[in-house]
Amino acid sequence: MVDHIYLDYAATTPVDPRVLNAMLPYFNETFGNPSSVHSYGQQAEAAVESARETVAAALNCRPDEIVFTSCGSESDNLAIRGTALAMREKTGANWILVSRAEHPAVSKTVEQLERHYGFQVEWLETDGAGTVSPETVKKAICKDTAIVSVMYANNEIGTVNPVADIAAICRAHHVPFHTDAVQAAAYLPVDAQSLGVDLMSLGAHKFYGPKGVGVIYVRKSTPIFPLQTGGGQESGLRAGTQNVPYIVGFAEALRFTAEERAQRIAHVRPLHDRIIGTILEEIPDSRLTGHPITRLPNHSSFAFKSTDGNLLLTLLDAAGFACSSGSACKTGNPEPSEVMNAIGLSREWGLGSLRVTLGAGTTPADVDAFLKALPELVKKARALS
Amino acid sequence: MEKKVVVAMSGGVDSSVAAALLKQQGYDVIGMMLRLWSETGREESNRCCTPDSMALARRVAARLDIPFYVVDAKELFYSTVVQSFLDGYAQGVTPNPCVICNRQIKWDFLLNHALALGADYLATGHYARKQETENGRWQLLRSTDRSKDQSYVLHVLTQEKLAKALFPAGEYPKPEIRKLARTFGLPTATRSDSQDLCFLAGEDYREFLRRNAPEIGHPGPILTRDGKVLGEHQGLAYYTIGQRKGLGVASPIPLYVLAKEAATNTLVIGSEEELGWRDLIAKDVNWISGETPKESFRAEVKTRYTAREAWAEITPLDFIQPGETFRSLNVRFDTPQRDITPGQAAVCYDGDLVLGGGTIE
Repeated sequence: MVDHIYLDYAATTPVDPRVLNAMLPYFNETFGNPSSVHSYGQQAEAAVESARETVAAALNCRPDEIVFTSCGSESDNLAIRGTALAMREKTGANWILVSRAEHPAVSKTVEQLERHYGFQVEWLETDGAGTVSPETVKKAICKDTAIVSVMYANNEIGTVNPVADIAAICRAHHVPFHTDAVQAAAYLPVDAQSLGVDLMSLGAHKFYGPKGVGVIYVRKSTPIFPLQTGGGQESGLRAGTQNVPYIVGFAEALRFTAEERAQRIAHVRPLHDRIIGTILEEIPDSRLTGHPITRLPNHSSFAFKSTDGNLLLTLLDAAGFACSSGSACKTGNPEPSEVMNAIGLSREWGLGSLRVTLGAGTTPADVDAFLKALPELVKKARALS
Repeated sequence: MEKKVVVAMSGGVDSSVAAALLKQQGYDVIGMMLRLWSETGREESNRCCTPDSMALARRVAARLDIPFYVVDAKELFYSTVVQSFLDGYAQGVTPNPCVICNRQIKWDFLLNHALALGADYLATGHYARKQETENGRWQLLRSTDRSKDQSYVLHVLTQEKLAKALFPAGEYPKPEIRKLARTFGLPTATRSDSQDLCFLAGEDYREFLRRNAPEIGHPGPILTRDGKVLGEHQGLAYYTIGQRKGLGVASPIPLYVLAKEAATNTLVIGSEEELGWRDLIAKDVNWISGETPKESFRAEVKTRYTAREAWAEITPLDFIQPGETFRSLNVRFDTPQRDITPGQAAVCYDGDLVLGGGTIE
C-alpha cells in the first residue's frame, strides 16, 4: 500500500486533537440530558450554553441566534424550507431566488419546495467564475420574494461570492437572505454583522471539528418554522436532545479556527498558489475553474480537456493522492455537476474536473510530490479516455 | 515488492473469492468494477445509484481492506457488446455478447486500465486455469470444476494477454468457492449465480429486442426444406436453431428450427432427423499458442457455452493479406451436431487444453 497524501480538505478534515479532548468528558462523565432538572442536566446544559456563547462570539451575534443542528445540510434545509414557509404565511411571498451554483443541500431543497410546496423559483445565473453579482439579485428581487440564498464560497470551484453586497440588497427589500457558509467558515470571517446575513449555515467537520454537528445562525426576528418538531430544544427550532459532546466540539473547533485564521491562511496560500501556477503551466489543455483571485485560499480546482475525471481520481489514488472532482462519483457514472454546467463548461471540459484542497496537514513536500506525479497521470487518463 | 493485481469485481461470489485468494497469497490487490450499460429507464434515476452488486463489491473490498474503484465503460459497452448483439440478430445470427465483452471490454479496456494503475496482472472470477510451458509460453486450461468451466468465453485471449491474466477461482470447484467465501467472511457467500446476459436484467432477450430493435421483428414464412409453407414467424430473431417449442405450427411429429435465412426472412423447420450439420466454418479465429497449427488435427469442439463437446477434424485456414492475416477454421464433426448456431463460438479443446476458436459463420 502506498503512503497516502490527503488533498481533499474541502470534503472533510481530521478532528483537531484539542477538539477531541474537549469533547471526551461529555460522553460518559458529564453525560446528562440538558433538558433535565437535576444537576447532571444542569451541567450538560451549561456545556451547551457555553458552546453557544463561544459560537456567538465567533459569529459576532447573540447566543440565542445560534441553533445547533446535525450538519451543514440540515442547516441549509432548516434555513430555506423553514423561512420560505414562514415568510409565505406572514407575507404571502412565494418566490425563491437561488444561485445556480449551489450545494445540493440547497438546490435539492429548493427543487422540492417548487415541486411539492407550490413555490416559484428563479435560478440566479452566475458568471463564468461562478460568481453571483449583486446586480443579478437586485434585478430579480421583489416584494413577492420569500428568501434569497447564495452561497458564501463554492465547494467545487472555491469562488467567494460578494455576500455582504447581496445581503444589503435583500435587507433594503426586507427579504431574508441565507448563505451557505459551510466551505467558507474554515478560512473566511463569518461575522454575521459585517456580512449582514439573516441566515447562515455551518458544519464543524470542514474546520477540524467532528462530523455530525452543524449550526444555523438565525438573525433575531427572521421568520422561520421548525422542520423537526418535538420538545422545545434550540428555541423550539430544532427538537431533539442536544448532542452535547459534538456541540462542545463544534464550538472548540470554531474558536480555534477564528483564533488561528491568519496562520492557517499563511500556511496554505503559498502552496495553493504553487499548485495553480504549476498545473496551468505544465499540463496542456488545462484551466482553472472558479475565480482566479476571489477564491478560498486552500482551494484549487481545474478542468482538463478530454479527460475522464473519475479515472484521473482513480489513478491519483492508486499513486497515493486523495483528491476530488466535480464530475466523479463513486459509482463511476460520469456526469458534469450542476456547478460545471452553471459556469458554462462544455461536457468535453466539465467531465475532466479536479479539486485539490489543502489543510493544516499539507506539507510543501506533499505538494511537490503531487505536482511531480500529476502531469503523467493526466496523460495516462487521457490516453485511456 | 509484492506484485500488484487488479481484480475485476462484479459483486458476485466468484470474483469476491478471487480477490480474497489473491490477497491471501500476498498480492497487492485492487478491486475494480466496470460500470456497464443498462437500458434507459431501467437504471436508477439517481446518477449516483448504488445497485446491489456495486454495494456488495464495495463491502467485499472493505472487508478485504483493498482499494475499490468503479470505471465507466457505458458507452464502449453499448457500442461494442450491445450494438453487435442487435446487429447480429438483425443479420439473422445469434451473437455471443460474453465473448465480445471478454475480447473488447475485460481483456482490452479493463486490462489497459489495470496496467495504467501499475498492475502486473488482471484477475477475474472466471472458472479457468492457465499454466506456463517449458519454453515460456502460456496455456489456457479448463477449470478443475468442469460443470462450471468458462474457458469457452476466454478463447479470445492472446499470449500477451494471457501472460497478464490470473484466474484464482479456476482451481476450485464451485461448492469449494462458496465455502471459501464463508471462511473469508464475504457478504457474497450466499449470493445466487448470475444467469443470462447482464444487460438483459433477467429478462428474456426477445423482450429486449422488441424494445430496442423493433425493426427486426418482421414476420415471414415458415417453410419446410422442400418449400412447403407451414405458417408465419414473428421475426427470425425470436427463434434459435434447434428450437422446438413456440413455433405455432400444428404437426403430427415434433418440428425443429433447422435454419434462419436472413436474405429471404425465412424460418426453415423440419423433423428431428433433418436437424444437425457435420460441418462448420469459423472466422476471427484466435489460436491461444499464437501460432496457427500447420495441418489438420483431431480435437473436441464446443459450439455453445452450454453444449457438450464433440470430436471433429479441424483444418485451420489462414488467409494472408499484406499487413493482415485472417484466420478461420473448418470443422468436420464425426457425427452431425444439432445446435450449430451462426454467431456463437466454436472452441477447440485437447483434453483440458484450450487450443483456440472463432465465430461460427
